[in-house]
Amino acid sequence: MSITLKNVSYRYSTGTAEEIEALKNITLTIEDGQFIGLAGHTGSGKSTLIQHLNGLLRPTEGQVLHNGQDIFEKGFDLRTYRTKVGLVFQYPEYQLFETTVLEDACFGPLNQGKTKEEAREMAKRALRSVSVPEELFERSPFELSGGQQRRVAIAGVLAMEPEVLVLDEPTAGLDPCGRTEILDLVKSLQEERKITVVLVSHSMEDIADYVQRLVVMKEGEVFLDDEPKKVFSHFEELEEIGLSAPQVTYLMQDLSAQGFGVPTDCITVEEAKEAILKAVGKC
Amino acid sequence: MLKDITLGQFYPAESKIHALDPRVKLVGTLLYVVSLFLFHNLAGFLLATAFLFFLIHMSKVPVSYILRGLKAIFILMVITAIFNVLFTPGTTIVHVWKIRITWEGVRAAVFMFIRLTYLVMGTSLMTLTTTPTRLTDGMESLMAPLEKIHAPVHEVAMMMSIALRFIPLLVDETDKIMKAQMARGADFESGNFWRRAKSMVPILVPLFVSAFRRAGDLALAMEARCYQGGEGRTKMKPLVYGRNDGKAYAVLWIYFAAMILVRIFLNLPHVPLLGH
Amino acid sequence: MGIIKTNHVSYDYVRVNDEGVEEEKERALEDVSIDVYPGSFVAILGANGSGKSTLARHLNALLAPSEGTVWVDGMDTSKEENVFPVRREAGMVFQNPDNQIIAGIVEEDVAFGPENIGVPTKDIWKRVEEALEKTGMAAYRMHSPNRLSGGQKQRVAIAGTLAMHPKCIILDEPTAMLDPGGRREVIETVAELNEKEGVTVVLITHYMEEVVYADHVFVMQDGKLAMEGPPREIFSKVEELQKYKLGVPQITLLAHELRKSGLDIPEGILSEEELAEAICRLR
Repeated sequence: MSITLKNVSYRYSTGTAEEIEALKNITLTIEDGQFIGLAGHTGSGKSTLIQHLNGLLRPTEGQVLHNGQDIFEKGFDLRTYRTKVGLVFQYPEYQLFETTVLEDACFGPLNQGKTKEEAREMAKRALRSVSVPEELFERSPFELSGGQQRRVAIAGVLAMEPEVLVLDEPTAGLDPCGRTEILDLVKSLQEERKITVVLVSHSMEDIADYVQRLVVMKEGEVFLDDEPKKVFSHFEELEEIGLSAPQVTYLMQDLSAQGFGVPTDCITVEEAKEAILKAVGKC
Repeated sequence: MLKDITLGQFYPAESKIHALDPRVKLVGTLLYVVSLFLFHNLAGFLLATAFLFFLIHMSKVPVSYILRGLKAIFILMVITAIFNVLFTPGTTIVHVWKIRITWEGVRAAVFMFIRLTYLVMGTSLMTLTTTPTRLTDGMESLMAPLEKIHAPVHEVAMMMSIALRFIPLLVDETDKIMKAQMARGADFESGNFWRRAKSMVPILVPLFVSAFRRAGDLALAMEARCYQGGEGRTKMKPLVYGRNDGKAYAVLWIYFAAMILVRIFLNLPHVPLLGH
Repeated sequence: MGIIKTNHVSYDYVRVNDEGVEEEKERALEDVSIDVYPGSFVAILGANGSGKSTLARHLNALLAPSEGTVWVDGMDTSKEENVFPVRREAGMVFQNPDNQIIAGIVEEDVAFGPENIGVPTKDIWKRVEEALEKTGMAAYRMHSPNRLSGGQKQRVAIAGTLAMHPKCIILDEPTAMLDPGGRREVIETVAELNEKEGVTVVLITHYMEEVVYADHVFVMQDGKLAMEGPPREIFSKVEELQKYKLGVPQITLLAHELRKSGLDIPEGILSEEELAEAICRLR
């Protein structure tokens, strides 16, 4: 399913002196099955944008279209729609509330109107898919480690079997090992279940390693929207808005400036290694 | 919706009222509230009105800000007025079925209405012109004598100031948790009372957990910064009375004395107070 | 002897049941000995659960060791009478920027520490001014902390410890919850304090990029010290670092990969410039 934002603007605190235009006339289509990265400085409108994708916020102007239909039209079942676009907020473990891990993961499916049995099955599938060990299912979510809690919380969204998964900095506060774990998991979900993923991240290295398309926001507008390679070639402009390119991009730029015949659009270690070996071999 | 709750509703401006010591304003508010229940004739009413509007004018706070506080208790005021109208005995004006409206009742209702309005306006004026920190400082200082009987005055003041700092954070957090649960298909709007109350559990549990976690973190941070209660503690901004504070006290007591005199000597037509 | 010294320190988290009987014992630190010289910048690296935060809490007497001794400025931290003097000498900055700011105005928060230790009013003002100046937060002194960015809040927290005139500052994952801009802001502030003011710094983190400024690095794993040495030495052992679940920066990883492929690149590359230079030399 595709989601389209059409000329969406959003203003906070309308009609007061503190009115802020968080989104300015944004038009953007999230295609089926893509792994999309969303980057931007704090306050660039990323969080506001993703809350429009599942209708938690209503645009001040413009439309949010789901397969061409306006989700704020009368008669549109917004609650069901929300369960199709799974939104994982920052620090999702702060929303756990049930007495057991399994029951917490059942919350979404039950809200979808599934029977108890169905909900439990869906919850179990989701928990397994994020590799939460079976013996933790009956434990209190509050007894788990931070990394485990994070996975349980993500399972709580996955249990609704959404077609689109939106994650707002799912790795914030985790250590490097926990970060790779979560991102690998998201990647495999996207590949195996063919779901669409929107990943909000501050780490350009993570984005370079995982996404197919990168949307960069600046002051409430879409600043760049392209393949990561092409976006990172604008590294100077990215720096101006408080972002950067992956470390290797700078290295390749540097080498090329010094007369090395290497491509400047490498963004991962693997790519850079091959390019450098090739160039050195030739020299 | 949660953003509408305003707490510590300080109105920043540079005025003589803003600059007053919080203790003066606390004592002043108390005296003013007492004075409101002293008057029971036109002269007293006029004096209380003049004094209030004089202070509002000095404070540079727009009257509309001060009136905002009334919205919250408007219903309470109306109910109080109705009770006064209906249940005050005296000279009957209207008599329908079992309902008897008396001249004294109407008068008491009007006075009670005015008293409550002025009470809210007076206290709003204090909170609008005093930062929450100064307010707690003022209370701590005024209550200091109670420490002699081992009342935890410093601790209560510290708790109040911490609450003031954390309430906006918790309000934001509630908003976030609500949205997150809505993203999982939660419904807070439909159903009967019981269902709606039950639907609050997914918000309240995480909120409490978070509040406790914050409290734990904060206690640790305070300990790490050598906090050990009020004993031996100094202050960055100790309360010191200035010249204007003395003048303000004088004005206050003169006003209060005038209200008493008006009550004693201009006591011409007798007006019953509530319940008399 | 250094300003901070731990001698064979072990620590057990003990869980007691309602009757006060020991129920569960978990060893969080095992035989840790570190020595921090006055004026140095020391980093403690480790994944979540490696015991690094437990160690941090020993360094300003929030925890006392189960076995072994901790000295701060020559004072044994397990002695009751030393607790407050130790906390005055070793200021602490925590992870969550929101949960360590006590007052509703920046300058009043910075004053909290000095107020607690009974500094006269006139001196408090001087200390607050200095501390805000040194952390670059002077312009925000009358602001409410709620309106500051994460990095700014952490700088307020650093100012709050500075105002107590400590000899060292211990930062327990101060950047874990910040965006890249905020992280840079905090680390630069800390590095500058160390360099210009001679404050001893102990930085606990799981980001390898942040330890580049350090004079000496300790790596922790499972409650024990796993590695120790200057950053260059630590960065040269990529495989070992990965074993300890640390995220090796792209550049270090690339340098390592190129070396493995037979290129003559020195060990322990810290920055992109260094690597570019090394590659250019190959020509």
